[in-house]
Amino acid sequence: VRLLLGTLFALCVAALVGLGATWLALTQGQAFGGLAVGAWTAWPRHGTAAIDPYARAMVARSGELPVGSGDGLAFQARTDDRGNTLDGRCDVVLSGLTPQARYWTITLYDHDGALVRNSVERHGFTSHEIVRRANGTFEIVVSPRSRPGNWLPSGGIERYVLVLRLYDTPIGVATRGREVTMPTITRRQCP
Amino acid sequence: VIRIALWLLGGVLLGGIVHLTTVLWLPDLATQDAYSRLAPVAPINAVTALPAPTPEKSVVPFLDPAFAMAVCRYDLSDGPLKFSVPVSPAYTSVSFYTRNDVAYYAINDRAAGRRVIELELMTSEQRADLPGDEEVTAADRLIVESPTVTGLIMIKALAPEPGLMSVAQAALTAAKCAQQPQQG
Repeated sequence: VRLLLGTLFALCVAALVGLGATWLALTQGQAFGGLAVGAWTAWPRHGTAAIDPYARAMVARSGELPVGSGDGLAFQARTDDRGNTLDGRCDVVLSGLTPQARYWTITLYDHDGALVRNSVERHGFTSHEIVRRANGTFEIVVSPRSRPGNWLPSGGIERYVLVLRLYDTPIGVATRGREVTMPTITRRQCP
Repeated sequence: VIRIALWLLGGVLLGGIVHLTTVLWLPDLATQDAYSRLAPVAPINAVTALPAPTPEKSVVPFLDPAFAMAVCRYDLSDGPLKFSVPVSPAYTSVSFYTRNDVAYYAINDRAAGRRVIELELMTSEQRADLPGDEEVTAADRLIVESPTVTGLIMIKALAPEPGLMSVAQAALTAAKCAQQPQQG
């Protein structure tokens, strides 16, 4: 009887620990092997056949299709440079330069990967649309209310994610973080 | 007490195995992965235009709304596939995914270096079966080997500004993805 109880106990612990760890890793965990620049992170390996099992499981679970490495690279940011979660009720400013690429796009999604409804039907910018300063730098204001210049509406949602995709870029698996310049993300005001 | 601690330790170790197994198995069990989401809308071995993602509906999450997109869900069990797409004025790319959504190959218009991206998709076995005398012309052909018999080809054309979306979509309507005629 003792043996049986012990086995049952051990199996329960196993199921709890095993499934719990899988669930945590796939929902809470950040994938490893990322290329982090400021608040931005990209996973160059996710666009290749060398993608790790955890990332494969995450991709299968979310239903997304990672950008192939021969196509481009996607950087995403869920926080500003100080680590505050990106909040659609605040004014957040992206400023600076992007890495070398033939084209780039920036898009705002909710955490499930859906676009966010707004009155002007703008969900992002391409490198062609953006208004720049004389020195080539640009500024994008993410805000629930309209702003002059490059205004990216946040729709006032609580949490969002910014994805900056570089197309036809030399940045890839061999690139290190300090070789890459990404726009800074600063929170300006919150209600 | 020691006995309980031992059982606990055994349980935790077994839990580690359960964890690794589920992570490795998940891609095969997933029913909401990109391939399964596209299966109802994309017929086999044909190019299907994907509707632009909207806040209400997106076939696959995290699609880039600046692109016109089309998909070819392929099945190589009856032989290799020929694929071609004319390049759009801005930027065109073709990405290949296995049945489990692993991006194993991608090429853009500049890398293809022509006005039409043309390639042949086959499994490793089918490539090994190519007649020897075809090697002569092989330098001229771009052959992509698919690790799985089924998978996805994602074709994307960039619209640098919203007004150019129709141009990008037009380039994709000429995309072809079809079974090669059986060679005698």
